[in-house]
Amino acid sequence: MSAHTSTDTLASGTHAHPNPDAHGDGHDHGTRRTYLIGFALSVILTAIPFWLVMGDVIADTTIATLVIMGFGVVQIFVHMVYFLHMNTKSEGGWTMMAAIFTIIIIVIALSGSLWVMFHLNTNMMPGHIMNPADLI
Amino acid sequence: MTNEFWSFIFGRLTWDVLPLHEPIVVITFIVVAIGGLAVLGALTYFKLWGYLWKEWFTSVDHKKIGIMYMVLGLVMLLRGFADALMMRLQQAIAFNGYEGYLNAHHYDQLFSVHGVIMIFFVAMPLITGFMNYVVPLQIGARDVSFPFLNNFSFWMTAGGAVLVMMSLFVGEFAQTGWLAFPPLSGIEHSPASGVDYYIWSLQVAGVGTTLSGVNLIATIIKMRAPGMTMMKMPVFTWTSLCTNVLIVASFPILTAVLTLLALDRYVGTNFFTADFGGSPMMYINLIWIWGHPEVYILILPCFGIFSEVASTFSGKRLFGYTSMVYATVVITVLSYLVWLHHFFTMGSGASVNSFFGITTMIISIPTGAKIFNWLFTMYKGRIRFELPMMWLIAFMLTFTIGGMTGVLLAVPPADFVLHNSLFLVAHFHNVIIGGVLFGIFAGINYWWPKAFGYKLNEFWGKVSFWLWNVGFWLAFGPLYVLGLMGITRRLRTFDDPSLQIWFIIAGIGALVIAGGIGAMLIQFGVSILGKNKEWDTTGDPWNGRTLEWATSSPPPQYNFAFTPVIHDNDAWADMKARNAQRPTKDFMEIHMPRNTGTGVVLAGLSVVLGFALIWYMWWLAILSFVALIGAAIIHTFNYDRDYYIPVEAVADVENERTRLLSGAR
Repeated sequence: MSAHTSTDTLASGTHAHPNPDAHGDGHDHGTRRTYLIGFALSVILTAIPFWLVMGDVIADTTIATLVIMGFGVVQIFVHMVYFLHMNTKSEGGWTMMAAIFTIIIIVIALSGSLWVMFHLNTNMMPGHIMNPADLI
Repeated sequence: MTNEFWSFIFGRLTWDVLPLHEPIVVITFIVVAIGGLAVLGALTYFKLWGYLWKEWFTSVDHKKIGIMYMVLGLVMLLRGFADALMMRLQQAIAFNGYEGYLNAHHYDQLFSVHGVIMIFFVAMPLITGFMNYVVPLQIGARDVSFPFLNNFSFWMTAGGAVLVMMSLFVGEFAQTGWLAFPPLSGIEHSPASGVDYYIWSLQVAGVGTTLSGVNLIATIIKMRAPGMTMMKMPVFTWTSLCTNVLIVASFPILTAVLTLLALDRYVGTNFFTADFGGSPMMYINLIWIWGHPEVYILILPCFGIFSEVASTFSGKRLFGYTSMVYATVVITVLSYLVWLHHFFTMGSGASVNSFFGITTMIISIPTGAKIFNWLFTMYKGRIRFELPMMWLIAFMLTFTIGGMTGVLLAVPPADFVLHNSLFLVAHFHNVIIGGVLFGIFAGINYWWPKAFGYKLNEFWGKVSFWLWNVGFWLAFGPLYVLGLMGITRRLRTFDDPSLQIWFIIAGIGALVIAGGIGAMLIQFGVSILGKNKEWDTTGDPWNGRTLEWATSSPPPQYNFAFTPVIHDNDAWADMKARNAQRPTKDFMEIHMPRNTGTGVVLAGLSVVLGFALIWYMWWLAILSFVALIGAAIIHTFNYDRDYYIPVEAVADVENERTRLLSGAR
């Protein structure tokens, strides 16, 4: 970076503000339309699981639980996009970066815990082990 | 007055819980009380209360908060180290049927509180102190993003420390080890106040840690000086960013786990009980998902400190800046993939264990890359063996050995032999002392002149350095040996007399370390009180390379009169190379945040809330909780939060610096 000559000063005089924002792009505050879409989607995504439970729609409880959890995951994304204004551009891409990191960590922690706890339960819980050869 | 009345007022707090039957604790209490009264008396006599309140306790200046974190960490280091000395003495003498001088109840509290204090109230405050002090200066900012939140975070951390200290004299601390595994930490096996002190002190301090993480992330992302792109950030700022990301992503897990444990203890749920569908193994799984990132939270900023030290004292740019940044980021993510190596022996089986064993070995690759980067930075550099550089070299030697024993433990079959042994104890002390603590000492010696305007005394610094290094190996070398011989950790008495010599050597090592701590305190004392200090008028005593050395020492309240513009990595070295001139006129008024006492009030109420919950004083818990929320709401109506430093005041400070600089050259 030798291109800069000695006429450069140590500082720029224009930045009197204590919070110079080096990025310049602010955040997206959303419109009434996006809030209403988000609200409608949230209501629908909440109503369906209620209906599934109250109407005993799916007989197998395991499948029902998985379906409801799926709706929960979709709900999380609806909230993030419509209420927290997550998109690829706001805050210079940092909100998206934070979301991706969070998702990675949550996936690691949840899937890892399920995997680990499944093995621990199978191997270690009293009464489960009938035959040492069954150990995973 | 009936018994019900008193138990309504005081919950389960009675005269019986005071440890009056423990002469060691009583004597400690008397000494602490006399010392405390002397300090309070001196503060009153010299009329320092107003000064402390106005200039420090209520300050929102990141530099003062940083220094307060450091003071808290160093004070708690003395407490944590006193516990360590007591354990070493007990283990050195409790042989051949002799019970030693500590009963089991006291000894079990000691090893628990030693771990809790050293991690949460020594290492965490010390690294947070550095990040607070240095990061805004390195990125050319005037303060952190949320100055009040910063003050509040500090006081919450201090509040947690107060609760831990209270447990010494009122009731007891946990006897469960530093992570309080259930079912031992459940209400059935630990009915007394110990585990509750553990839970609430960590919950209070955890709020502070998490909020300070949020604050520093926002600061680094939003407040960098113009021109400082991510890949032009100093390495210490990079490692701070990654550490704070880890804090924000992992401390909520700790909070949730401790909340579940508290529910088990207070309202009879069965999350972690051994029956009724609970699973203690789930607690161990969850707490290590927090616990493993936690050790990287501690070490990453120290890697940053060492990077700054290596390039400054070699007079060169850091070798492999980009690889250093990527190594840091890779460690950040990988630190979430290794938690199971803390419980290989719990029974997850071969497939799970091999996965986590391999991820653990992989994490040593970016760490090894860092070591080589520091070595290559030194290669063909003009190395100045000042104190920070000496700590860097000691760190590389010590930490590499600690890292290798870590990789050894990462092999699951080896871990089955070494799990819970003194080998493990030696390993993590090897990396935490050799890595984190040595990094902190390097940082203290490196940035002290920035914070106070003069260098620390070199002679006593070297005495401390050698005592620490020799003491460390004397204290923990024998533990490696004992661990390989199969001796488990946390034992109070021993049967085999042939082991005693190793424990005696370890005890001598602890005494040598005590000498190192003493020499460090003398170093501080001599430097602070010494008559002929070498005042540094340049603000750049080490010929530094990053922006914090561009301003005066100590920096003015507003850090930089004008926000610097960055063109290159090592911004200050670049400015010096280009012969950039410091602006000396056309100053402008500076917008600054105003001090507030709300942080002290909120943290004080949190301590009361914690104390009330520990002792089942429900009325006080409700009252302090309502007061806590109320005080927070009232604070939101305080609109008098900022002020302007007038142009004349800025000009006065800057002109004085101009005069000093011209005199110095």
